[in-house]
Amino acid sequence: MFPEYDVIVIGAGHAGCEAASAAAKLGSRTLLITMNMNTIAQMSCNPAMGGVAKGQIVREIDALGGLSGIVTDKTMIQFRMLNRSKGAAMWSPRAQSDRMRFAEEWRMQLEAIPNLDFWQEMATGIIVKDGRVCGVRTGMGMEIMGKSVVLTNGTFLNGVIHIGEKQFGGGRAAERASTGITEQLIELGFEAGRMKTGTPPRIDGRSLNYSRMEEQAGDEIPGKFSYSDTTTPLLKQRSCYITYTNQAVHEVLKEGFEKSPMFTGRIQGLGPRYCPSVEDKINRFADKDRHQIFVEPEGWDTVEIYVNGFSTSLPEDIQYKAIRLIPGFENAKMFRPGYAIEYDYFPPTQLKNTLETNLIENLYFAGQINGTTGYEEAGCQGLMAGINAHLKVREENPFILSRSEAYIGVLIDDLITKGTDEPYRMFTSRAEYRILLRQDNADIRLTEKGHQLGLATDTALARTKEKENDTAAIYSQFKQIKFSPEEVNGTLEAMGSAAIKEKATLYNLLKRPQVELDKLLSLKPDFQKAISGYHKEALEQAEIMVRYEDYIVKEQQLAERMMSIDNVNINPTFDYHKITALSKESREKLFKTKPSTLGEASRISGVTPSDISILMVYMSK
Amino acid sequence: MRTHFQSLTDVIVALATPPGVSALAVIRVSGTDAIAIVQQIWKGKALTEMAGNQFVFGRLVDENGIIDEVVAAIYRAPKSFTGDEMVELTTHGNMYVVERAMQALIKVGGRAAEAGEFTKRAFLNGKMDLSQAEAVADIIHADSAAAHQTAMNQLRGGISKELKVLRQELLDFAGLLELELDFSEEDVEFANRDRLTHLMRQILAVILQLAGTFKAGNAIKNGIAVVIAGKPNAGKSTLLNALLQEERAIVSEIAGTTRDVIEDELLIEGIRFRFIDTAGLRATTDTIEAIGVARSKEQMGKADVILYLFDASITTPEELAEEVGEWEELGKPIVLIANKYDLGTAGNYPEGTQFISAKNKEGIEPLKQLLLQKTIDQSVAADGVMITNIRHHEALQASGIALQKALQHIETQIGTELIAEEIREALYQLGLITGEVNNEELLGTIFSRFCIGK
Repeated sequence: MFPEYDVIVIGAGHAGCEAASAAAKLGSRTLLITMNMNTIAQMSCNPAMGGVAKGQIVREIDALGGLSGIVTDKTMIQFRMLNRSKGAAMWSPRAQSDRMRFAEEWRMQLEAIPNLDFWQEMATGIIVKDGRVCGVRTGMGMEIMGKSVVLTNGTFLNGVIHIGEKQFGGGRAAERASTGITEQLIELGFEAGRMKTGTPPRIDGRSLNYSRMEEQAGDEIPGKFSYSDTTTPLLKQRSCYITYTNQAVHEVLKEGFEKSPMFTGRIQGLGPRYCPSVEDKINRFADKDRHQIFVEPEGWDTVEIYVNGFSTSLPEDIQYKAIRLIPGFENAKMFRPGYAIEYDYFPPTQLKNTLETNLIENLYFAGQINGTTGYEEAGCQGLMAGINAHLKVREENPFILSRSEAYIGVLIDDLITKGTDEPYRMFTSRAEYRILLRQDNADIRLTEKGHQLGLATDTALARTKEKENDTAAIYSQFKQIKFSPEEVNGTLEAMGSAAIKEKATLYNLLKRPQVELDKLLSLKPDFQKAISGYHKEALEQAEIMVRYEDYIVKEQQLAERMMSIDNVNINPTFDYHKITALSKESREKLFKTKPSTLGEASRISGVTPSDISILMVYMSK
Repeated sequence: MRTHFQSLTDVIVALATPPGVSALAVIRVSGTDAIAIVQQIWKGKALTEMAGNQFVFGRLVDENGIIDEVVAAIYRAPKSFTGDEMVELTTHGNMYVVERAMQALIKVGGRAAEAGEFTKRAFLNGKMDLSQAEAVADIIHADSAAAHQTAMNQLRGGISKELKVLRQELLDFAGLLELELDFSEEDVEFANRDRLTHLMRQILAVILQLAGTFKAGNAIKNGIAVVIAGKPNAGKSTLLNALLQEERAIVSEIAGTTRDVIEDELLIEGIRFRFIDTAGLRATTDTIEAIGVARSKEQMGKADVILYLFDASITTPEELAEEVGEWEELGKPIVLIANKYDLGTAGNYPEGTQFISAKNKEGIEPLKQLLLQKTIDQSVAADGVMITNIRHHEALQASGIALQKALQHIETQIGTELIAEEIREALYQLGLITGEVNNEELLGTIFSRFCIGK
């Protein structure tokens, strides 16, 4: 009934969809197995993509040729560039999505890929021969053969949903949990753990009084995620609203504490500290008398509302009573209560930098199974796992992104070298090359790589090259265009910047923090005119290059330095135990984590610089 | 966060001979640009144009002038100990010269070598048998353990405790800044710029103070102040002249001839000693001389070492004890010098008393050696300390620069991300001394203190 596939992807969430589309587009015969074809690319939690650091990831996915950016652009109902008040390196795109259309668009995108097959059933195990995966077993007892398998099970592995004292098996509200895979993997020698996450109640928007809330509208000039011209910015947008909890809400919530699965110890898994449930917030931060609530529409037309900031697993009657005390929610009707979900994950230190497992060849893990949280984090892992599964089957070199090339590189490197105890979310502070990894230059950083793989299109590459060349041209113009004191001093003064005594270049003036580029350009109408002929993002890019120059250069130097050990490979069979000069702790950590490079080894916590020196000595052998 | 490791392309600098006083010391400089880096502080025949295995005489200089007259041995890769381009500088064998030279090298782009680093490079460049890998690994391990121990010993003082406290505060602020960057959407407090400015200034002050505790570094900059004290006509000016080997001070037979504070410098094996001859001490009615006496008392307070000179032919041990008592209160190291011992002695003086005849220039050379020993003992306690000091010094300076930049950014109201960038750099550099800061620690400061997340 089935051919032998090159790549089988289990799970059709954000990771699974990116993995399947990447592998299939690259030419692998690919099968996507999902428990329910109607829930492909579900946004299980909030209907939004992007945000700080996460938005950068979506743009990276897009630059490489993944689909999350395009799907988001086509289905968003609001766009905001976060961190506008900070420097350009911090700008982060965020979209409010139409949940149903998002899922539909993903399915349409997948259906348009010729060599991608679908199968609806629960996968209950993998087939392993001689330490290598060679297929998948299903609930009906079918065996589907595949040269590689990507597991993207999300929260479904032995998922348990908690609402107050009630608990039941499930991978998502009203969806079955998946069983069998964890047990088999543990038997094969994998280490597994439990994690917890939660989601807020959904509310009937018709029952809310928005006049008691603050409106949060989208950007006046909205942007988008995809660098391509296949999508366009929004012409109209829907607003979100902000309201706050209060002491009365907190008091009611406290009534439910004794029935809270969080506090009674029924939930064992560790939840994310940065996405706490509302009961956690009032418990841990008792002195705070209110917490922010974002009221987010779930789509263009639906009345369903997502109550961001009110994640909870307290009993549903408590949820209902408490939420009605929030301004604007006095008459709120609930569609469904919030809940907490516990699920299995596999500590990601068991993975290689390709997301292939150390234990079983050609088996890849991506998404929440690796202990991450977030659609963006999942999507980019899926993309990387799909690409690498394809390359492995083709016996080609793996595709790795370094920490200085992409947030994706930071994410995977963090996962495999440090592991994670709580659901891992990306923050800009995790990136040591934050000034290099910007949302405005993901195309320049990655499109060529995506094109080499065969994922990014020729058009995308041409567009990127044009942007790069035009940026370079404008940059060199900046260094040539000069202002005389008479010409520019009035403008400088108006901007609060010191007057000049001698001629100064545009480049030098732009280095001054108070100076605004367009005010200078307005003094040079000819140049301004010439710029309009360039790529639309080139001017901004050139300005960023000048403003951040010192930091860009410094981070590039640090990155190059790091490359010197990131490029030293370690044989996976290397015997750390024989090196008595290493501390026992280091030996064990290295043995367990099996770093692929000396750079990875250096980032394992507890491994010291002198350990790395010692390893260098052995690596040279 | 940045991880710390030894790059193979850096130019590394280290003392190859044991620390402490010896006739000669050898500073090794190794790395691709080693010769070019030495050239930057070199006065003499151009090193960069020399072939390998050649020796040349010249001078090392820094912004304060000549450091020492040295011999440079040039080795071209791969024919060197490490297999890299290498220079060996043979200087005078004292730690002040060595450290000053090393600091100058670091300033122009070198880096203090870490434990076992030369051996490691030699091995990696194929200079050692592959079968020696294990031995090399053991050396690196042992050296780094020793270096760590030394660093720990040095960090026990109060000032380093203070540094740790301030580092924690800085970490908290770094957390606040990251909070602004990563959670700008949230309802959270922002880092108060005035408090941050205040904290960074505080840390800068401590860093400067810490850097100042590297006595050797100070000595290099200012020289060692030596005060020659003693009763009138004990022979102080004669001694100074004997040391300086020139008729610098006014010498006469009449007690109280020296009316001014005389200062002159003497290089003893490369260390700058500033000799301060003082007006003879005695109760006087002569006003000019009275001024001179007051000034010499003032000088005493600034001295690093006091040479107390007395006329052995007429001073009894009891008289000496009484005279010296006044000086002991200053808490400075005192060397007792029995002058005119050739004319006979008036009793048994305390142990360690040096016997000289300034007039006949007898006992001068041993006195110089004693002086050198005394000064160096104070600042260089144990083996390896100098190297560690230099590395700490390097890190302190780098974190100081980063903090200064962060302060500038706050002043010019540049984006938070650049302030955060400099603070991350400062934390990284401080981390090289106080222990590394990792991302989890930084994120931990955020999540433990702020209710964030939707």
